[in-house]
Amino acid sequence: MRRMLLIVFAAALLTAGPGAQQTRDGGDLEVLPVHGSIYLVAGAGGNIAVSVGKDGVLLVDSGAAPMTDKVLAAIRQLQKELAQREQPPELRFGAETRGTLQASLNYIAPPKPIRYIINTTADADHVGGNEKVANAGKTFTGGNVAGDIADAGQGAAVIAYENVLTRMSAPTGEQSPTPSGAWPTDTFFQESMKVSHFFNGDGVQIIHIPSAHTDGDSIVYFRHSDVIATGDIFDMTHYPVIDVDKGGSIKGIVDGLNRVLDLVIPEFRMEGGTMIVPGHGRIGDGGDLAYYRDMITIIRDRVEDMVKKGMTLDQVKAAKPTADYDPRWATKAYTADMFVEAAYKSLVPKKPAPTKSTPASTTKK
Amino acid sequence: MRQMTAAAVLAVTLAATLARAPARAQQDPEGAGPSFGFGGVDLSGEWTPVRAEDNTGNTELGDWVGIPMNEAARLRAMAWVASIQTLPEWQCRPHAASYISRGPSQLRISKEVDPTSRETTAWHMEWLRSIDKAIYMDGRPHPSANAPHTWGGYSTGEWIGDMLKITTTHVKEEYLKRDGVFHSDQITVTSYLIRRGNYLTFILVENDPVYLTEPLVRSTEYQIDTHQNISPYPCNVVEEVDRPKGIVPHNMPGTPEYTNDVKDFANRYHIPWDVITAGAATMYPEIQARVKAAPAGNGKR
Repeated sequence: MRRMLLIVFAAALLTAGPGAQQTRDGGDLEVLPVHGSIYLVAGAGGNIAVSVGKDGVLLVDSGAAPMTDKVLAAIRQLQKELAQREQPPELRFGAETRGTLQASLNYIAPPKPIRYIINTTADADHVGGNEKVANAGKTFTGGNVAGDIADAGQGAAVIAYENVLTRMSAPTGEQSPTPSGAWPTDTFFQESMKVSHFFNGDGVQIIHIPSAHTDGDSIVYFRHSDVIATGDIFDMTHYPVIDVDKGGSIKGIVDGLNRVLDLVIPEFRMEGGTMIVPGHGRIGDGGDLAYYRDMITIIRDRVEDMVKKGMTLDQVKAAKPTADYDPRWATKAYTADMFVEAAYKSLVPKKPAPTKSTPASTTKK
Repeated sequence: MRQMTAAAVLAVTLAATLARAPARAQQDPEGAGPSFGFGGVDLSGEWTPVRAEDNTGNTELGDWVGIPMNEAARLRAMAWVASIQTLPEWQCRPHAASYISRGPSQLRISKEVDPTSRETTAWHMEWLRSIDKAIYMDGRPHPSANAPHTWGGYSTGEWIGDMLKITTTHVKEEYLKRDGVFHSDQITVTSYLIRRGNYLTFILVENDPVYLTEPLVRSTEYQIDTHQNISPYPCNVVEEVDRPKGIVPHNMPGTPEYTNDVKDFANRYHIPWDVITAGAATMYPEIQARVKAAPAGNGKR
């Protein structure tokens, strides 16, 4: 509880005090402390979780393309403010040969570079800033890091699940939906991957959530700061968007929410402790996530029951299986009908693909 | 009906308190202007609930009378099943700021004092079930809409005469009654603390644009108890039910369980179904005529 109050207090300070300047500099953006090294940049499209420290900057998602300049300005401003607040090293000996006054001026040093972007999805409001943000950053090369690739050090690395790259690119000779400069530079195929080393004191784990919002979703877990950026499987502004055409499903959403809940350890009775940056909307925690999980599970159960009874999509919509949650979670941009339709389509058994008939003589009896 | 009583209490008490509120209470000792830290009365102490007001501790399933709930809230309450409390996430859920005073529960009020100015910078209200509700008196704003929500919410206070007015935002989604009637995380609670000697009245005025059609007004009465010590209230999460992972208990629409609780309540007290589901109308006296006019057994739907 005390830590939560401190977080809220810090948030109030940041919005009402010096941070208000930051917001003005960032235009429509708002920067809030989450916990440890992690900050939320809100208002840039999808939420951006930012790790800021002496290792540089790591972003979870890069926001919508039109907001990129403001995002970069907000991050630079945040770095500047944090540098100004940093206390010089405390020396209790050796004052005959050295002092701390010079170190107190270190805030004028250039900010550390943006090193990584991790994409939770391929949606434009999450990857739109990839190219420009990556170009503003830097990858340290040498050792076994891209020693033979000429431009490897020219920007930040972009990490994502393999399907994000598939969605953003196109086969050779075809027009890709996004420029190659925005594509992930490092992808993974397995259940999860880890950034190879601590970053700003955090072990950073990237966990793939199969077939949820899309087929390319990841959550990002900052293990020391104890913050999870969930991407769009958890959205505090409306029902989770399920993009069935891109491999999403309501069952995947439920599984993903339970996966995140498994990682959450609350500080006090489902409050605080592991903090959560959703894909959109306010900062949450385990309690918020559990309510959301309950709701999506209950709606999944209702729609699945209707599917088993053979009800059509129109009949399911007419039954209003989300009516008790609509006043909070249905919006004009993503209506209850849109959510129900996506849930329904992802629950209806897929028709088996037509197969070539097998000659009777070869059929196993 | 309880809420109607509370509303009447609120109106009378507020009027009486404002009428005798000395002007000095809204100014600092130098008379230089409004002050949040000085003024009012000392609220600190150990307070025990006066149970005679109404019995809030034994909520009955299906009892929605007196709650200005909308259709969505009613549907959600019908789907609610008590075994959801056995999920690990909810076993130790405390009552939020919107409900905890209805526990009922003992209350401790303490104050933070700035050692230099000696102004009261915050009041703390702490009930048995362990939420510390801080009420900041230094004129600070409420956090951004993007900030986290807590069970206790974020509260600021100001003196209106000798009455402390508290505005609470950033409360987590939580129940208004322990029978599945929920409010959303959009709720705003305006509350009032009124001390009259050894008695303390705490009034809640709850506005939820998601699930309430009108403000819900409730009051709780306390009496000073100088021998009270609020005991610890630890809570450990255990595996209460052996069920497959991912199950969330709820009543499915169309099943008997969906309406059983409320029908039982209606039949037990001979309250017509259309009264129980009347939402805000159940707060007003006119509803009594509908109850009396109903034939026996009309609770059945």
